[in-house]
Amino acid sequence: MSALGFPAAAGLALADSQLRRNMRNATSTITARRAARVAEVPDWEALRDAGAAIKARAMATMPEQLEALEASVTRAGGQVHWARDAGECNEIVGGIVHGHGAREVIKVKSLATDEIGLNDALAAQGVEAIETDLAELINQLGHDTSSHILVPAIHRNRAEVKLLFERTIARGQDLGWDITAIAEAARRHLREKFLSVPVAISGANFGVAETGTICVVESEGNGRMCLTLPKVLITVMGIEKVLAHWRDLEVCLQLLPRSATGERMNPYTSLWTGVRADDGPEEFHLVLLDNGRTAVLSDEVGRQALHCIRCSACLNSCPVYSRTGGHAYESVYPGPIGAILTPQLRGLDNTSTLPFASSLCGACKEVCPVKIDIPSVLLHLRGRVVREHKRRLSPEALAMEAIGRVFASQRRYEQAQKLARLGRGPIVTAALPGWSTMRGLPEIPAQTFRDWWRTRSQQPANRNGNAPSDRNGTAP
Amino acid sequence: MKVSLFITCFNDTLFPQTGRAMVTLLERLGCEVDFPEAQTCCGQMHTNTGYQERGLTLARRFERVFADADVVVSPSASCVAHLRGNGAGLDTRLVELTEFLVDRLGVLDVGATFPHRVTLHPTCHSIRLMGIGDRPQRLLEHVRGIDLVEMDNADECCGFGGTFSVKNADTSMAMLADKLCDLHNTGAEVCTAADNSCLLHIGGALRRQHAGVRVMHLAEILAAT
Repeated sequence: MSALGFPAAAGLALADSQLRRNMRNATSTITARRAARVAEVPDWEALRDAGAAIKARAMATMPEQLEALEASVTRAGGQVHWARDAGECNEIVGGIVHGHGAREVIKVKSLATDEIGLNDALAAQGVEAIETDLAELINQLGHDTSSHILVPAIHRNRAEVKLLFERTIARGQDLGWDITAIAEAARRHLREKFLSVPVAISGANFGVAETGTICVVESEGNGRMCLTLPKVLITVMGIEKVLAHWRDLEVCLQLLPRSATGERMNPYTSLWTGVRADDGPEEFHLVLLDNGRTAVLSDEVGRQALHCIRCSACLNSCPVYSRTGGHAYESVYPGPIGAILTPQLRGLDNTSTLPFASSLCGACKEVCPVKIDIPSVLLHLRGRVVREHKRRLSPEALAMEAIGRVFASQRRYEQAQKLARLGRGPIVTAALPGWSTMRGLPEIPAQTFRDWWRTRSQQPANRNGNAPSDRNGTAP
Repeated sequence: MKVSLFITCFNDTLFPQTGRAMVTLLERLGCEVDFPEAQTCCGQMHTNTGYQERGLTLARRFERVFADADVVVSPSASCVAHLRGNGAGLDTRLVELTEFLVDRLGVLDVGATFPHRVTLHPTCHSIRLMGIGDRPQRLLEHVRGIDLVEMDNADECCGFGGTFSVKNADTSMAMLADKLCDLHNTGAEVCTAADNSCLLHIGGALRRQHAGVRVMHLAEILAAT
């Protein structure tokens, strides 16, 4: 993936005033709804602690949990496959699809399959993947990519969707401006596919090792159609989605909908265990996907990124994401969680700007339902970028080293204060071109605090709170 | 009570009036104030930019400079948060100004008068990293003559974030632009905060706008009579 890097990609997004309006409206609405739904749960903090503990335990015992999951899925009549990376996973899925002679597959909204580029891989093998989540369908029809974990077309508004449908699935029709009528076009298009396509592909929100049960949480019911109507169901599950026990769902299914859409309960929660005669798919395949996850697990600080349950509360509450939207992160995983997950999954080489795409305001940490300390992981990854990917003689590294030496000594520090006062203007402005475009610099005061302190100490008369008055007239 | 000031390099150099206001305020409240001159920087900028070893070295240096202090008071929530986060909180002897006033001295009315319309920018590091809660509001509410108005989306970041404001200048400015709208909507004459770093950012844009709105550290309002 050719990457612009966050600052440049964000610059493009920020120049689009329609996008900024769409993003701000959408994120502030969801954030307010979440806050209201969370506030009504008296033991929310205890739930978050439980969620964090459940995920931490599952990650700490991941090999055992995955083997248990494999055993219980197999016992229930499913088939389990292991995929080291995107290539292997796409090959496995493609093989199953071809085994059934299918030319089309229907898909439940899934981040894991976006991460591995499954749709393109299937297309290369002559198989068309049809997205059935409304927003994913919108992106697919518009040759667009997702910009939000949960609301992939959050960057689009109603008019844009109407016109897109009239160019594609409702060609020649006038859908009007009513949302129900616009959505109806997608409904008619998809219903035909649900009833005719023999293979469905899903992701997974949770996979319970103890019982072999897979869980998908959604709002529209289109996922439920995919999970129940076709003959063959293939689920691609990132290995970090494993939960040890059935009872863990009790906590996770309370945390997720309130954090995600600000709903007490999501409209559709599908749970299935292997296959069952005369009910649902006849064949079930679970593909367990690593694709960099075990490497993340080996990083003691960074591994908590794998605790994520994909609620997207951190995106909605992030002042950066809500301005730039998701495309600026150049990843399936945008926002604060993306800024710590993408660099770890893909490596820091082409993602080194992501850990810096945050003002460290802490809003993400405050809302995370499983208490991922995103700011700390960002700092950890910034440290890794500096240590592993920055030239020691880069201008920044040299400047930081020099400033560090200045601060290490009172004498050098005081000399630097004098220089700053003299050299203010061109030097400071040249050093901070990004700063001075919108923001002026303050005049560097003629007297530092410490200089004032010294003169004051020499004049005992001034000691009783009679500080010299200053520009702002704040001191008496 | 004997109080040592940790003014921070930033305030020492760019906002000396904040330090002077701290001295005025604390002496008025009966404290004996000291300023250990060996102090420089807490290392926050280095840590937050990825140079954590250097940041830690500076945090350790801070600990040595203030090793003998009874209590250390600072007008920067973000520097205090950084030091505490790196184990340099001097046990519980390092406190931020509003913590010191409310928790240690037990005062809300510091005897200040400030007859202006003021809005408080709570600052991310004050409320989310430090957890100073509504201490600044409570102190401001007791200032005579003040017309305290709340800003919409007050707890949202102004976009400063240290080197973030330069590395991601476009995004930072987009955040700042929204903050300024909310600020102007209050009709406040003064925007205050318990941290000058945000105020450098907000004030820098206000200066460009010739907006007729000032930024002032909370200490300066509390010192005013």
